[in-house]
Formats: sequence, C-alpha cells, structure tokens
Amino acid sequence: MHSYRLTHLKELESESMHILREVASQFDNPALLFSGGKDSILCFHLARKAFFPAKVPFPLLHVDTGHNFSETIEFRDKLVEKYGAKLMVGSVQKSIDEGKVQEETGFHASRNKLQINTLLEAIESNKIDCAIGGARRDEEKARAKERVFSHRDEFGQWDPKNQRAELWNLYNGRKRPGEHFRAFPISNWTEMDVWQYILLENIEIPNIYFSHEREVFERDGVLYANSPFMHLKPTEKPFMKRVRFRTIGDMSCTGAVDSPASTLEEIIAEVASTRTTERGSRMDDKRSEAAMEDRKKEGYF
Amino acid sequence: MMTKEHHGYLDMDLLRFTTAGSVDDGKSTLIGRLLYDSRAIFDDQMEAVEQASSKRGNGDVDLSLLTDGLRAEREQGITIDVAYRYFATPKRKFIIADTPGHIQYTRNMVTGASTANLAIILVDARKGIQEQTNRHAFIASLLGIPHVVFCINKMDLVDYDEAVFQKIKSDLEDFSSKLEARDLNFIPISALKGDNVVHRSTKMDWYQGSTLMYLLENIHIAGDLNHIDRRLPVQHVIRPMTDEWHDFRGFAGQISGGIFRKGETVQVLPSGFQSTIKSIHIGEHEVEEAFAPQSIVVTLNDEIDISRGDMLVSPNNLPQSSQDIDVMLCWLNDRPLQPNGKYTVKHTTREARCMVKEVTYKMDINSLRRYEEDRTIGMNDIGRVLLRTTVPLHFDNYARNRHTGSLILIDEATNETVAAGMIV
Repeated sequence: MHSYRLTHLKELESESMHILREVASQFDNPALLFSGGKDSILCFHLARKAFFPAKVPFPLLHVDTGHNFSETIEFRDKLVEKYGAKLMVGSVQKSIDEGKVQEETGFHASRNKLQINTLLEAIESNKIDCAIGGARRDEEKARAKERVFSHRDEFGQWDPKNQRAELWNLYNGRKRPGEHFRAFPISNWTEMDVWQYILLENIEIPNIYFSHEREVFERDGVLYANSPFMHLKPTEKPFMKRVRFRTIGDMSCTGAVDSPASTLEEIIAEVASTRTTERGSRMDDKRSEAAMEDRKKEGYF
Repeated sequence: MMTKEHHGYLDMDLLRFTTAGSVDDGKSTLIGRLLYDSRAIFDDQMEAVEQASSKRGNGDVDLSLLTDGLRAEREQGITIDVAYRYFATPKRKFIIADTPGHIQYTRNMVTGASTANLAIILVDARKGIQEQTNRHAFIASLLGIPHVVFCINKMDLVDYDEAVFQKIKSDLEDFSSKLEARDLNFIPISALKGDNVVHRSTKMDWYQGSTLMYLLENIHIAGDLNHIDRRLPVQHVIRPMTDEWHDFRGFAGQISGGIFRKGETVQVLPSGFQSTIKSIHIGEHEVEEAFAPQSIVVTLNDEIDISRGDMLVSPNNLPQSSQDIDVMLCWLNDRPLQPNGKYTVKHTTREARCMVKEVTYKMDINSLRRYEEDRTIGMNDIGRVLLRTTVPLHFDNYARNRHTGSLILIDEATNETVAAGMIV
C-alpha cells in the first residue's frame, strides 16, 4: 500500500515552491537576491522547480561588495549562462565612488553594512516590488521573528513590532506605492536541511564550500582568507591551511573553518557534529547582541 | 565517516508544534531542554546567552533569551511575537512556533497554531487548571490542531505525587469534552529537572506512558492531512511559450486535499467544465499521482479557460460554493471590526471583497460563554460572523480541511491582515 507521506525535505520543498509562486503571482516586478552562496543557489533551484517548464519569471539581483571570492563570481556567471537567467548587479564600489556611502576604515572595516544603501538603491532604480532572499529563521534570533512575506516601508525599513500576522499558507503582499516586500521562501529550512537537500538533488555549489588549500590568517580566533581587501595587523602572519567556508559572504567578514570535508557527505557529517552556529564565523553579527536586528530595520536582508 | 543523520534523512518527516505559556510556567525551560538535549543549541549561542544573562544580573542561565529574539523582548523579558525554533532528531525534524500565553497575545497564539500538528499546553502542577489553560486548549481546538499534549509541569514541587497528576488530568478531560479536541495526551514532567522530557523520570514509577520527546518523535501525523477531498487551488498558470514546450499550459498549485491521479476527471470551479488530467509535474519530473501538501503542475486534455483563483476538484465530491460565509473570526488588529465594513478576503488563491453582514456572537475564550449582547469585536476577540462576498468562495468546513476552510481579512485602507477566519 502506498503511504501518502512526505519526507521533511519534500515538505519544505513544496512549501518553498508555493511561496515562490505566490511571489510571482502577487508582485509585478520581483527579483531574487543572489549572492552566490548556497542559500541563494537553493532558492534559484526551487524557483526553477516551481515554474518548470517555464523559465524562472524573475531576474537575479547581486549586491556586489567588490570584495568577493572570485570563485563565487565565476559560479554566478556560469549559472546565469546555463539557465539563461537575467542578472542585475548593484555595486557597493559604485555607491562609494559616488559618495553615497563611506568606506569603513581600520582593521575591522567591512562593506557589509554599506550593502544596505546599494541594495535599497537597486530596488528603487529597478522598481523591484519584492526582493526574494535566502534568509533562514534558524540563522539568527532576529530572523526567527521575520515573516515569510515581510513588509518594508517607503524607506525600506522593517518594523519588527508591527509585522503583519501570517497564517496557514495565506500570504498578504498588499502594499502602497513606494513600499516593497522581502520574501523568504526558505524561512523554515535549517543549515542541515539545506545540505541534505543539496545532496539529495545534486545541486552544484561553488567549490570553496569544500576543503581546499588556502592562504589564511587568524584574527580573534577566526580564520580569514588572506586577500588584498584585508589589512593585516603586524602580528598577523598568513599561512597555508586546508579550510572550507561554511557560509559565503563578503571576503572581509566571512571566516573559514579548519576542515578536511571535501564531499557533501563529509560536510553533512561535519555539520551534524559541529558545536557552533553557521554565523558564528561571521564578524558582522558579532558587533552587538542586536546587530542583525538593527541592520535589518534599516533595510539589510 | 557516515553519520546517522546522513543515512536517516530520507526517512524523516516534519512535525510542527506550538507552545503557549506565560512567564512563570516553565515554557522557556522546557523548550530550552528540548533544544539542549537534542543538541540544537550551539556553543556560541549558549555563550551569548550566558553573557547576556550575567549582564542582566541573572544568577542562572536564562534560556528564554534564546527564543526572545527582539531587543524589546529581551529588555522586557517577555515574548511578544511568534518565534520559530528548529531542532531535529534522527526520526523527525521539528518546527516550534513559540508564542506568548497572555490573553493580549491571543492573535500570536492563533498565528502559531494555524500551521501546527500538535500543541503543547503547560499546566503548573501546584496550580492546576488556570484561566489560561482553558484559553490555550480552546485555541488549539478552534484552530484544529489534531494533537494536544498537556504537560503537567513542576511535578518536582508536588513530590511527584500521582494523585495531583490524576486530579488535573481528570479536570482537563472534563473541560476538553466541551471542545472539539481530537487526540489528548497527558504527561507528568519537570522541565527544570528533566523528568519525562527527554529522559524517563526515575521519580514517577506510577507513570507508564511515554516521555514528551518519545511522543513528539512517534505520534502518528500522516493522518492529519485530508487525502479524501480532491482540491487544487490554482495559483499560477505556467505557459513556457518555447519551441520545446510550445503548447504547454499547466496549472500550478499546492494540493489542499485529496489525491490527484493521471487520467482522472476533474471539474473546474467556478466554470463547472470538466476534463481529464493529462499529466502531473513536480519540477522536471512527471508523476502518476500527487497528494497534499505537494506543489504540482497539472495539465488537462481539454483546453479550458482557467486562471488563478479557480479550483480543480473531483466532480463527485464538490466543495460548498457560496457568497454567504459563516466563520469563527479571530481579530488581529487594534482597529476593531467595523459592522457592515468592507474588507478584502483571501481564501486559498482566491481574492474577493466582502461585507460583514452580522456578528452572531462574541466568545469569552476563558469561560467559553457566548455573548450575544456585546458584539464588538476588537483586538484578540473571537466571534462568529457572517460574511457576504462579491463572488462565491469554494470551501470546505475548517474541521474537514484547514486549507480550504480558512481565510484572512485585509483592511483595504492599511493593507494589514486584520482577521483570521475558520469557516464553520
């Protein structure tokens, strides 16, 4: 006898496809925020599933800090070509050159916060009414409270205390002119779910997620990739090590993990036994207890 | 090296549960224990919580700081919104919708309950049934949560006395007989000491039932979904218009009920036209059959005009179709319901306008009494309401199908979601 039961991965997949189809139906001009990280790759994969055999009906938007891993950019361009997707790029460097934001200085300088301005500008200039993001509620405590359809006012701000109720699988994307939405189709996925699903569906991801030899240096107990974007203190000496990245963000704020995991199976085993969160290696979240909430209110995704 | 997580993940399913509770009833401690004992709390999270606890001058580690994610919540020491937490065991993945228990947050409880398979209701063994116990049980029943687990907590403070547990259990059974509760479970626990949460208590030999974790891992949830009444609300029409898929016209949606099989006859609502299913697709794969809650694309053998908001159903098993909708409404907004007011209604993928024709009664959710004199429905109130919609809705009773039986109302001036409705 057939058992009409879905595994947790298939149930999550179905929920995400439903959300992506709601976005396409309720908004005129959505775009998928694409960083080249595994979560945005997953969102794109789910979008392909949701609309197959039609093409994904929205473009990808990459907010480019200029401090990327070259592997991520190569991966992005290959993916865009393979699936004939449309890519839009918002450049933080351009925002800096135009004097709209100021580069942070010092050893801990990061372009992470500067992204907010570039993102909001890209949303406004491209008239995007819904930016789809790969944020997950298990990543961070402020994200745990965010709706799947998350309203932004005309300044792009999030008001966590005044969020719309969200019940069943009914999503309310109504807004006034000038306002926009963020939609988070993989809200209910955990880091483990993402890895298991990548293995299950055989999804391609950038090779820096797997263990590789790289020049790194250590700062505050975290390993960072050595690059022209990093200013090393005199005491910080770069050295070669086998590492991989657990998350991929801007090079200046993404820490590497000391890991021999070179297959998806090994990554899954590593994630299962690890005792720190994924964002534990993200310098941007360590700034204060409410760092993420504060950035999100301003328009960070 | 292969881990169990890796081998087992193809067999895991998903259980969503809700917890409601107040400041002192041990809810945070219970969730903290479930998360900690299932290794879902990481070292850096624990470190952050320890730091924050000592900053606030708390002697003990305050596990509620893990779930209270917003600055205002941490400052005030309360949960004001629904927080979603995740953990997994080799058998199941769990999503906790953690909601505040106070009456002023009824709307948050309703929100958390709307997608839950199971509700955990905490009862303080020293106090027995409280007003909020009734409220939480009523909300669980109103929102159609199939399984309810009453955790009689703080058993350590009543000397693990069986008589205390039995008395509370029988009081709860009496009260629950007034509700449409389905599967009720009772477990004596101490969240603080860990008795019967993840590990079996050594202090309560008189209790032969399962621990909370065992129950969460093993309770049968496959039957919670409706696999009888075939319902596919059309969400999106897929038209690739490419050479390869030139004539492809597919109807995308998430199945709300029943099983769809290739070759079977479907009827389209509201038009009433019938056709047979030519193919069913999930992404690039074609499948022979599909069931709730799968997101699929269906193609038909006849060209029929179908668009978003329509519903594909079985011709032998039609939903009700009407413009007069009788609902239990939970009000979510600080602007009260306007008698004769007009709202946008969202039901499945269909959107319409509606007018509030009548408030039949308002419910006191502590005593379950109905008030016919006072019919003002404000924030957090629950009432029975008659709506008249501009076009017919195709629905089932909420008790029969939570997806074709639910709706939300949207204020047309503010665009806010102001009410959640369960069709009676």
